[in-house]
Amino acid sequence: MKTKFMHMLGGVLFCLLLLPVQVYAKGDTIKIGVLHSLSGTMAISETTLKDTMLMLIEQQNKKGGLLGKKLEAVVVDPASDWPLFAEKTRELIAQEKVDAIFGCWTSVSRKSVLPVVEELNGLLFYPVQYEGEESSRNVFYTGAAPNQQAIPAVDYLMNEIEVKRWVLAGTDYVYPRTTNKILKSYLIAKGVDEKDIMINYTPFGHSDWQNIVADIKKFGSAGKKTAVVSTINGDANVPFYKELGNQGVSSEDIPVIAFSVGEEELSGMDTKPLVGHLAAWNYFMSVENKQNEEFINTWHDFIKDKKRTTNDPMEAHVIGFNMWVKAVEKAGTTDVDKVIDAMVGIEVPNLTGGTAKMLKNHHLTKPVLIGEIQEDGQFEVVWQTDAEVPGDAWSDYLEGSKDLVSDWTAPINCGNYNLKQKKCLAAK
Amino acid sequence: MFYMLKGDRGGQALLLLLSIAVVLVPVLNLVVPEGHALHVSTFTVTLLGKYLAFALLAVAVDLVWGYMGILSLGHGAFFALGGYAMGMYLMLQIGDRGVYGNPDLPDFMVFLNWQEVPWFWQGFDNFWFAMIMVALVPGLLAFVFGALAFRSRVTGVYLSIMTQALTYALMLAFFRNEMGFGGNNGLTDFKDILGFSLQSDSTRVALFIASAAALALGYLACRAIVVSRLGKVVVAIRDTEDRVRFIGYRVDHIKLAIFTFSAVLAGIAGALYVPQVGIINPGEFSPLRSIELVVWVAIGGRATLYGAVLGAFIVNYSKTYLTGAAPEVWLFALGALFVLVTLYLPNGLAGLSKKKEAAA
Amino acid sequence: MLSFVTKNRFLPVWLLGLCLLPALASATPPVGSDAFAQAVERLQVKSYKEREAAVAALISSQDERVKPVLEAMLNARLFYTKKDKITVIGIKTKDGFSITGVLDQKSLGNASKSQLKKIKVNNKLRRILRAGIAALTLSDPAPEVRLSAVKQMYGKLGNAGIQILTTHFETETDSKVREEIQTLLHIHDLSSDDRNTVLKAVAALSKSLHPEVRNKLELLKDSTDQEISAASGDALKHIQEQLAFYAKVKTAFFGLSLGSVLVLAAIGLAITFGVMGVINMAHGELIMLGAYTTYVIQQLMPQYIGMSLLVAIPAAFLVSGAVGILIERLVIRHLYGRPLETLLATFGISLILQQTVRTIFSPLNRSVETPQWMSGFLEINPALSLTYNRLYIILFCLLVFAVLFLVIKKTSLGLSVRAVSQNRAMARAMGIRASRVDALTFGLGSGIAGIAGVALSQITNVGPNMGQDYIIDSFMVVVFGGVGNLWGTLIGGFSLGIANKFMEPWAGAVLAKILVLVFIILFIQKRPRGLFPQKGRVN
Repeated sequence: MKTKFMHMLGGVLFCLLLLPVQVYAKGDTIKIGVLHSLSGTMAISETTLKDTMLMLIEQQNKKGGLLGKKLEAVVVDPASDWPLFAEKTRELIAQEKVDAIFGCWTSVSRKSVLPVVEELNGLLFYPVQYEGEESSRNVFYTGAAPNQQAIPAVDYLMNEIEVKRWVLAGTDYVYPRTTNKILKSYLIAKGVDEKDIMINYTPFGHSDWQNIVADIKKFGSAGKKTAVVSTINGDANVPFYKELGNQGVSSEDIPVIAFSVGEEELSGMDTKPLVGHLAAWNYFMSVENKQNEEFINTWHDFIKDKKRTTNDPMEAHVIGFNMWVKAVEKAGTTDVDKVIDAMVGIEVPNLTGGTAKMLKNHHLTKPVLIGEIQEDGQFEVVWQTDAEVPGDAWSDYLEGSKDLVSDWTAPINCGNYNLKQKKCLAAK
Repeated sequence: MFYMLKGDRGGQALLLLLSIAVVLVPVLNLVVPEGHALHVSTFTVTLLGKYLAFALLAVAVDLVWGYMGILSLGHGAFFALGGYAMGMYLMLQIGDRGVYGNPDLPDFMVFLNWQEVPWFWQGFDNFWFAMIMVALVPGLLAFVFGALAFRSRVTGVYLSIMTQALTYALMLAFFRNEMGFGGNNGLTDFKDILGFSLQSDSTRVALFIASAAALALGYLACRAIVVSRLGKVVVAIRDTEDRVRFIGYRVDHIKLAIFTFSAVLAGIAGALYVPQVGIINPGEFSPLRSIELVVWVAIGGRATLYGAVLGAFIVNYSKTYLTGAAPEVWLFALGALFVLVTLYLPNGLAGLSKKKEAAA
Repeated sequence: MLSFVTKNRFLPVWLLGLCLLPALASATPPVGSDAFAQAVERLQVKSYKEREAAVAALISSQDERVKPVLEAMLNARLFYTKKDKITVIGIKTKDGFSITGVLDQKSLGNASKSQLKKIKVNNKLRRILRAGIAALTLSDPAPEVRLSAVKQMYGKLGNAGIQILTTHFETETDSKVREEIQTLLHIHDLSSDDRNTVLKAVAALSKSLHPEVRNKLELLKDSTDQEISAASGDALKHIQEQLAFYAKVKTAFFGLSLGSVLVLAAIGLAITFGVMGVINMAHGELIMLGAYTTYVIQQLMPQYIGMSLLVAIPAAFLVSGAVGILIERLVIRHLYGRPLETLLATFGISLILQQTVRTIFSPLNRSVETPQWMSGFLEINPALSLTYNRLYIILFCLLVFAVLFLVIKKTSLGLSVRAVSQNRAMARAMGIRASRVDALTFGLGSGIAGIAGVALSQITNVGPNMGQDYIIDSFMVVVFGGVGNLWGTLIGGFSLGIANKFMEPWAGAVLAKILVLVFIILFIQKRPRGLFPQKGRVN
């Protein structure tokens, strides 16, 4: 009987031993970490990005790899669990020795990963539009900063649609809060009365929108053209738009412009009642040009589904990946420090017919497109900026951040350099 | 000295393993050079530290569930509250190294335009005050909740669902940015603890040792309760509550004491967990989390204490392993594990060895 | 937008067209097809602003071919051929479009998507088009169509529009349409320079709940004219009282509707958990299966969206019920008498079901269409309109409840279910096959969950995680109402829904929910067996 017990004990010991013995040798491949949730609440958005990365890596390997080596994707599932994001990042960098990580979607996952990437001097490409107010040497932000999405969108509504009254509706987390804060001070600076701005926050996954839509309807019946600027996240959008449609709020009366609703999200909605509502992005699947057509075809071949959509964060990954490849070729190595230095200034074509350039603050130049939802679940571009807009990490419309700039080149080399005090806040 | 471990083979083995690990892991991490086959990476140290914190939490759950029959679906809440108390201390240690360089306010408060640290953050810059809160806040919550529930004799399934409602309500509350706990993002970007950088290997090893010590102490304390006279009454309550009451014991007092003690243990586990994973956010309050940790105990084996530790390690290790090796199937595997264990191993893995022992 | 034309740069253009409309200003002779042809060609321009001008020109061309063009444009069916630049109306066919020329109205056969270029519209154009079509529809023989046309014109009237309406008013025979036009004209009179007109309009509108009336009266209240100011102040006060009342009614409706969702989600659980004592953590996933069934049915019969929902109800019942029976036979059967362990096992099952759905249907949400008869709202007055989908769901909820209630109370299956749940041993002694009854009961509860999924697919996401959003609420409702009591679930669900909605305006959505949870926790301490405790149950 004692032996049986020892068996079990041995089992435990064995389990414990398994942990440390995973020593990985750095072989003939270049490893790329793919850190996107494949289960849990965020799987809905992030799985597509994982597939995008696999496709890009496969394509690059077909072209002969990089620096004469094959690329190898290391896919992990952080399961929409934020502490697990940090743990998986550590695993990718310290154990798997990946040379770059493409990943994260939500702000909180990025915030969770950030200290680890900085500590282990890793490299993260973050593909989603976000709230700004951050700049890390180890992170490249390939999504839009607020000035590349929110501000032009509001400009469009103000100038073209002549909106006078504003509902800023968002999910209660940091991205909508920051965006709305920026927009509020921007609108007030443009002469909008505070009474004409209504701000509303709802929890994640909010499903009963009856009151709020009724409030919006009431707010919009005051005789001035009203629009809703929506930073409502993910799952809450479907019931929100459904309720809008049912209560008869049409895009002609009160248009809704969304920053988190793309083609992928629309594919899970009944789009008929949504026609005419808007979204602001840096890429739409419906943009007609050669690169985009090619990209869509490759994607359809890869995913083996002609109906799958492409979206803005996918484009961000495409740009980020192509830039990284270029930077590695330029630096002649995958060494993180050298690649970071090589990244700044790199230009690659984007999918909307322009060029994306990596700026000193690790953000991109991006065109801003406003699209209206069509019945087929696509967007039709109704307006776009004349030129690419450079991403700004620190908003000019926020107290506390308007004096800050980010510049990761010598001599400043700082993510939050205060122009007034002429010093780097991080250097202490 | 360790009278409480008499006859508890699993506990003896656990303490033995823990003491070996406490000696071996630091040496293998700090002394053995990187690249050597025996080197234990910092990643592994942190991972083990996290498992140890989870194991302590599992022991706390086993105490109330296995021995007292209360299936708490809200222990994640106590764990998270302890974690938040620790997180608040760590947050205030950042000082002016935040992105806005504000020496008094954490970044998220600057961002919410707050002018000063709210009253409930007062004192958390002191480590010992924070440590008291780590135990006090979950303990107090458990005390109040338990006092209400046990007096009105809410039992069984009802109690489980009430604890679930408790953690759910707390989750919703902590998601609110106005609450002043960082909303959805929670607290993160910690820099140092008691002046030691959280990123250095030695701090991580120290945290690992602290977790191991806490687990050992927590285990011994629970074991001491279990083998005491009190423990006998507790088990009697589990089996036939009414009879114990008729004999003359104040059942609600006993339940309350054990429940509160268990919540304090969970809080301590949370406090150890946070500096090692580097973030605490409302997701920890999620009801699913609490169910998951009950499952660790079920898989390990109830009413054994060491079974809980075993379960915590096995489930979390397979989670770590499967989310890396086979991300698409890990939910299948986890789900199947739960079903199979409840069906075929009602006493968990620990029960397996017991049964065999009995048969032998 | 108020009716002042001058404030809007773009309104005058189309209004110019509007006032010249042939059907309305019947005296003017047609300008001829040249103007029409030119305007149609101008639609092909790139800039939206120029297209707006082209639409205005189109309307003022007074050609009888205008209306179909406007309608096609509004519905994104107006194209021009890339090769010859002919403007056509395209009807979607299997592999492209069947196109008809706009000018000669002759069919031009089929064209593929790549041969055509769509004439794009944006929101502002849509608004103009809709107003234009509305004006053209005023002469429609059906009074409902005329009524909706008049309603379309709210807030879009200019002086020209007033003339059209005034002219039309004289020939209008339908009383409802007349009333509507009257209101519109009175609203317009509110901004008149003549104080008598204004006073008359204020008096006439003092009972109108239309938001525009309120806005204008607000302005008039500050008028320097004492009489006007006093009259509008009085009217406003009355209107506001009315509005406050209707706001309460509306909140109550919202509460009922939220309550009906809660009841639907919980009622299956009231069977599996309440009657059988199984803590079924996979309940949410059974709801999800019902919603996915709806999706699959819609995919199978894309032509009959309206019907598909009705077909989905029995289908979802069968699918979820079958899965439920399977779960019962394979897992739960072995765990009777150990309620807390069923929790663990069913939690595992819920993970497996989620991942299965994720593997089959992808993790993305699926789009379930809302049939025509469920969209829109029932307008009781301008301040109170009830959305159809919510109304139907409330009715559906009551129906499901009634049927379930009858099944439990009146059928032999129901009798067996109650017998087994009250005293298993005795029931078996009486010859009831308890294990079969268990399976059927669990199947019934699961099937009801599936039906709830059909209803939920109409108001929220259909995705792998949807079940988790409802599981906790469902348990709360059942426990609050009293385990083992269907009435309790019904009343519990509705009262929680209403309480939630009445708290929401001042507490906010999250705090309201937290307060409800805290309330339930405290309530259960007071009454541990819920609102309606089951009497005489052997524990």
